[in-house]
Amino acid sequence: MHPILIIVFAPLAAAIIGGLGNKALGSTVVKSITTGALFLSCALSWPIFLGFLGESYTPTVVPVLQWVQSGSLSFDWALRVDTLTAVMLVVITTVSALVHLYSWGYMDEDPDQPRFFAYLSLFTFAMLMLVTADNLVQMFFGWEGVGLASYLLIGFWFRKPSANKAAIKAFVVNRVGDLGFMLGIFGTYLVFGTVSIPEILAAAPGMAGSTIGFLGYRVDTMDVLCILLFIGAMGKSAQLGLHTWLPDAMEGPTPVSALIHAATMVTAGVFMVCRLSPMFETAPIALMFVTFIGAATCLFAATVGTTQWDIKRVIAYSTCSQLGYMFFAAGVGAYNAAMFHLFTHAFFKALLFLGAGSVIHAMHHEQDMRYYGGLRKRIPLTFWAMMAGTLAITGVGIYEVGGFAGYHSKDAILEVSWARGTEISHFAFWLGAFAALLTSFYSWRLIFLTFFGKPRWAESEHIQHAVHDAHGHADSEHDNPPAQEDAGHDVAHHVPHSDHGDGTAGYHPHESPLTMLIPLGVLSLGAVFAGYLFNPQFLNSEGFWKGAIFFNENLMHAMHAVPLWVKLTATVVMLIGFGIAWLGYIRDTGMPERAARQLGPVYSFLFNKWYFDELYHFLFVRPAFWLGRKFWKVGDQGIIDRFGPDGAARVVALGSVGNTRVQSGYLTTYALWMLVGVVGAITWVLF
Amino acid sequence: MGGVPILSLMLLVPLVGGLACFFLEAKAARMVALVATLIDLALGIVLWANYDIGGAQWQFTERAALFAGFQYALGIDGIALLLIVLSVFLMPICILASWESIEKRVGEYMAAFLFMELLMIGVFAAQDLLLFYIFFEAGLIPMYLIIGIWGGADRIYASYKFFLYTLLGSVVMLVAMLWMIREAGTTDIPTLMQYDFPVQAQTWLFLAFFASFAVKMPMWPVHTWLPDAHVQAPTAGSVILAGVLLKMGGYGFIRFSLPMFPEASAQLAWLIFALSMIAVVVTSLIALVQHDMKKLIAYSSVAHMAIVTIGLFAFNVQGIEGGMMVMLGHGLVSGALFLCVGVIYDRLHTREIDRYGGLSINMPRYATLFLLFTMASVGLPGTSNFVGEFLALAGIYQVSTWVTLVCTTGIILGAAYMLYLYWRVAFGVQKNADAAAMPDLNAREWLMLGPIAAAVLWMGVYPESFLAPMRKDIAALDARLSAAKPAGDSKLAPARKEQVRTHAANAMPHHETAGEGEGH
Repeated sequence: MHPILIIVFAPLAAAIIGGLGNKALGSTVVKSITTGALFLSCALSWPIFLGFLGESYTPTVVPVLQWVQSGSLSFDWALRVDTLTAVMLVVITTVSALVHLYSWGYMDEDPDQPRFFAYLSLFTFAMLMLVTADNLVQMFFGWEGVGLASYLLIGFWFRKPSANKAAIKAFVVNRVGDLGFMLGIFGTYLVFGTVSIPEILAAAPGMAGSTIGFLGYRVDTMDVLCILLFIGAMGKSAQLGLHTWLPDAMEGPTPVSALIHAATMVTAGVFMVCRLSPMFETAPIALMFVTFIGAATCLFAATVGTTQWDIKRVIAYSTCSQLGYMFFAAGVGAYNAAMFHLFTHAFFKALLFLGAGSVIHAMHHEQDMRYYGGLRKRIPLTFWAMMAGTLAITGVGIYEVGGFAGYHSKDAILEVSWARGTEISHFAFWLGAFAALLTSFYSWRLIFLTFFGKPRWAESEHIQHAVHDAHGHADSEHDNPPAQEDAGHDVAHHVPHSDHGDGTAGYHPHESPLTMLIPLGVLSLGAVFAGYLFNPQFLNSEGFWKGAIFFNENLMHAMHAVPLWVKLTATVVMLIGFGIAWLGYIRDTGMPERAARQLGPVYSFLFNKWYFDELYHFLFVRPAFWLGRKFWKVGDQGIIDRFGPDGAARVVALGSVGNTRVQSGYLTTYALWMLVGVVGAITWVLF
Repeated sequence: MGGVPILSLMLLVPLVGGLACFFLEAKAARMVALVATLIDLALGIVLWANYDIGGAQWQFTERAALFAGFQYALGIDGIALLLIVLSVFLMPICILASWESIEKRVGEYMAAFLFMELLMIGVFAAQDLLLFYIFFEAGLIPMYLIIGIWGGADRIYASYKFFLYTLLGSVVMLVAMLWMIREAGTTDIPTLMQYDFPVQAQTWLFLAFFASFAVKMPMWPVHTWLPDAHVQAPTAGSVILAGVLLKMGGYGFIRFSLPMFPEASAQLAWLIFALSMIAVVVTSLIALVQHDMKKLIAYSSVAHMAIVTIGLFAFNVQGIEGGMMVMLGHGLVSGALFLCVGVIYDRLHTREIDRYGGLSINMPRYATLFLLFTMASVGLPGTSNFVGEFLALAGIYQVSTWVTLVCTTGIILGAAYMLYLYWRVAFGVQKNADAAAMPDLNAREWLMLGPIAAAVLWMGVYPESFLAPMRKDIAALDARLSAAKPAGDSKLAPARKEQVRTHAANAMPHHETAGEGEGH
């Protein structure tokens, strides 16, 4: 049996057992089964990855089961293992296993733990099906499967209306992207007569330059197919226009944000573009579109990230922005650079989220950074983990020596987009460079607000609650139904004596338990070394990729030959961003507020996320409900029924006064007349 | 199955059971009905197991001439087989669903259901045009009674509306049938399916049949009877209505309209497309604003059935197979959703969505199954509806990208109204004490929902079991339609030689020199 079968199906089995067993099995059993399954998958995935790294492993496809065969359209369940899959395998199983472990600590007080762990494992299964897909439809299966798991996990605390809204929003917005994906699959089948990925990729160059009718227009075949498929990617990867669900998805528990909304699911779009890279290479306009959307998202999300107060939302926008980098890397033809950034990003972004979770855990579920401050000494291990993540995301490193993970991958993307030398790639370079400045700014802002300065906890309602409860009013918790995540939270470690003078309100944050710290430690290693260690393979080795993606060797050479100032740009903007953050949040803490006031409209534009939510609500949500009511009350009831059956009834009632004996209203009479009619008619025909 | 008239047996069992139920008191009637439907289910499984895939087109044929060419002729192909299996699968579940909720006139109720089963099997098995007509129309009567006697408060209006709509269509169809019999000189359906009617006549014949099938489907704008009928019908009535009766419209299109009037079908496909596109968008939006659970699911049925019609009229294998799969999948899923409504209706006696909430707290097992069926209704891959919707839409894409685009919006709207429903019922806080006190599924309810859940997943993961029996029949239908097949608006045009070269060059990487050149 091929290990990939175990890697993929062990999480499914664990999810089924855990989900159906639920409370009957008890939470410890379910947690052990699901976490065990994930560590097993992880342990089996790394040898495959290392095998590809050593160039000793050959790509294979493991058939599982026949799925659909309809005329010439057929696709089966099968698991494909090649370099691209192997990269995703280690990312998914490693982060997932660590998140499972982390959740032991983070979700410790939650009454619904079996359900939570079953969902996590289900998600992992779906994600693995996505990355091992050998045809577009199985990819779509995984695509929708992760969507389902994401829906369930965002809405995990289902008593909260906001969680439900966010969950539905995530699913529905993703469906908008799926519409593109589905049309893309249909078109691909129409053009190539198959949905098998290798066959499509082999045939794609032959279709370059051909044209096809689409919605009444005649367009370039490959461009329209790739753009349709990319719309699917935009939904899943929260790119500009279809990004609105991602920040709201932070309603889910923090481990979910780390796994799904940072490291794995949201990168599915990037994975798809890379998987289909030979196809995208035949579609120059589609690639320009990808580059443009990627660069625009990268800047948009970074600008919004600079103004948010919720620690998770800052990281969410940061994710959105980093995904933009990956897309424009793919758009300029550097799919390997995109995958490299995906790989390193998975580690440091999961780390940042889990670190944020650790902070939130310590701060009694307060997420507003305005009420943090001075936590460096209180939770030092979390602080150092977050520092590793921040150094990685901002791309700290020394030229020609090496640096943290993001230094290698993000700089490569900026360099390659300069090296590509087209107008759109230069546009992406400048936007990307500016976004890197903002990235550095908001990342350090987060660190300074959270860990430095003086404690500002006293204002926080969550903290007040914690302290209040510790004073012996634990019963009041019951008057507060929505705070499910607070329910039964351990309050014993809060010291009842308070000293209100220092802004702590007498609250004493404690470092997280070991189950949470170990994942932070492991991911910190990834954030520090992943870039340095794997740089040569990802960026320079065609033998590593073995044709799994379109590897553009010339472009890679050009990338290394960019002028020095290009290479130093990322580092310089990183330092500028750091400097501004230091000025505003360490040196002169009144400055940000003054700046915000001075830039009034700009600030509120950014703070309100460019008003996308309001716009969509106005354009789509309200009209949909309004139209629904009109179609129902006016269309169905006012017109169809009025002139249809009800009208007929009135006419009959008026016209049949003399016929009342026949129109008795009794069913038997009608049935009798009908029978007479049928018999009469048959007689007429036959005799 | 040498010699055993298994189809007649399947008709006979519910007939005998139904007659017996008239004379039995409640408890015994329930038992008899359950046993009779289970026997039919067993016979259905035997039928399926013995169906020779790839064998003769018509199998299990029985023929007995009655008078003047009118004959008692039964026989099935793969399409009919699957619909019969769907019917006999749902029947015992319906009996179980009525086990406790029906208290008055139990004997008559059970009899009505058993007659209903007889007529449904008859419709799908009939090989004689008039025999089909009798089964098709007589099916109205038990359903009319089920709604009119055991229905809710407004049952009279609903049953009247149901009867009026469906009867009106049928009358026109009967006239058309009689004309066809005169023209072709036979009432034999397989012969008629090969008969080439004059093209001008086809249009009229098509419209006459369309009047009946469109109402049954139901297609917009003759759909308004469905929500009322569903709302007023008892749970089991809704299950049969959504699960099987609606499929008779689709079956009619496959069996009659398409093979008998291929040219007219092609000419009037635009009408089908237009109505289906409207149906998908309009009824989905209406479903979004419903307060009544059954009405919501009823409107969603109209939207799903529109996918069936566009699939069937795509004139290609994927479309027609997809249409069939949606019919089967929707039969299971909408039936299951109505059962889910029934489960909580039995406890609280209201279909008002707002009266519920937070059911996953006190009814976790119910919530899990409800979620599965919700997701299946949304068309999540791995469930039955995905396979059908995917194939149907893939089929229509080959004909018209516009129709595909509009109909695919159904997956967005479908997700919106179903998840909104699920939120209000199963998630959120427990607003009402009585809803919060409802117990979880009991053993009987497990027996109803469990098998459907298994079937939904089976059909989603390994649909080959269902595609294989109908493959040959649909290929034959596709061949019959091939002459009339529309061209499609995609019209792929290959690149000219020189274009290929320039494009390839564009896609090629920039050279090293280019990269360096920029720097200086």
